[in-house]
Amino acid sequence: MPLLSNTAVLLRKELQSEYRSHELLTTASVFILIVIVLFSFTFDPTSAESRQFGPGLLWLAFLFSASLMLQPCFLKERTNDTLSALRLAVSDPFAIFLAKLCANTIFLLVTELLLLFVFAVFYNVAVLSVFPKLALVFFLGSLGIATTGTALSAISSQARMREVLLPLLLMPLLVPVLIPSTEATKALLEAEPTLRWDWLGILIAFDVVFLTALWLFGEYLLEE
Amino acid sequence: MAKTGIYTFIVCLLIGVTAYASFYVAPTESTMGLVQRIFYLHAPSGMTSLAAFLVSFIGSVGYILTRKPRWDWLAVSAAEVGVAFCTVVLLTGPIWAHPAWGVWWAWDARLTSTLVLWLLYVAFLILRTMIEDADRRALVSAFFGVFTFLDVPLVYGSIWWWRTQHPQPVVFTSAGLDPTMRKVFYLSWLSLTCLMALLIRQRYELEQSREELRTLEQELEAH
Repeated sequence: MPLLSNTAVLLRKELQSEYRSHELLTTASVFILIVIVLFSFTFDPTSAESRQFGPGLLWLAFLFSASLMLQPCFLKERTNDTLSALRLAVSDPFAIFLAKLCANTIFLLVTELLLLFVFAVFYNVAVLSVFPKLALVFFLGSLGIATTGTALSAISSQARMREVLLPLLLMPLLVPVLIPSTEATKALLEAEPTLRWDWLGILIAFDVVFLTALWLFGEYLLEE
Repeated sequence: MAKTGIYTFIVCLLIGVTAYASFYVAPTESTMGLVQRIFYLHAPSGMTSLAAFLVSFIGSVGYILTRKPRWDWLAVSAAEVGVAFCTVVLLTGPIWAHPAWGVWWAWDARLTSTLVLWLLYVAFLILRTMIEDADRRALVSAFFGVFTFLDVPLVYGSIWWWRTQHPQPVVFTSAGLDPTMRKVFYLSWLSLTCLMALLIRQRYELEQSREELRTLEQELEAH
């Protein structure tokens, strides 16, 4: 399977470049931390209220940090003029997207899980007992954000005002990720935690629809 | 030219007849009174905007598959007209909601998803202003157009699922519409759809003229 082997090589390149620079993970983690701290000033972060508003603010923070994190994804290829080289190197251009969206999902997931514990401490919410289930929700949500975000980052890197444009395109598109992720997280943080498969179903549908769309149409975005 | 004139005349006539019918032919609704007549503009505008967005999606897919600029012209024309009709829905909604429900806005499934839909297509139009090169703009916005259209059922689904878990005002009861009201509603739908077709056509021709002007300018520069 040339697609999978190409993707593996490119994914390794993405992970390696992040491992060497630590740019994305550091900035995104600090950004989410700042948002979590700032939110604590807007309401009393006692336990009952945290359970009610916490998941929403957590996912909003993830969404905002994702729109910052995804910005350089294709921009760095354009500024370094490496996109044509990448295109020539792979047999299927979808491998470029697949590698980038896998890398972005990993980056998002790592920052989210890291900050989940900070959130749990600051807002006095118990997360350890439901951690694997929360990780599943976070994974499905992050995959949706990364899939659409990687595609839109390829779009915005070709436009003027790209820093503003990416969040503008991404946020309304991600409404079907924000609602189910928030609700599923909320159900897991309640006194009697439940894994809401109805919400996970919407997340899975979103992921499948947009992965398929990217697979079908993505290569057109990489044309020079 | 003459054909456009005749068509414009017919659309104006239809709109006039619809306006007369919604004020004088349709019976006054028993509980909401006169304000309910805004329904004949509000609901058909919503359906027309969805039709325009569907046309825009067809234009986007057409462009991706054929790379003919006319598909891009269709996509942008229909998206603009759709946003216009969607704006009408969002403006007439609160005017109706305030006397009927006592609030200007309710975060009910239908309202919220219409607002998100409007935001999505406004983002589509903003994206187009940010890319100079015509071919690139056409390709990139066609791609975003496809993404946007695919997002619509998911937006509706998730918001509907979300809202039905919370208290919500009753928008449409299943009591059914009076036969005369139904006829006026269909007439209004017909005339707004004709108006949509006229506007898309005009906007399409504008895009065509722009392209011709661009080609002429390029030829002039070459000489």
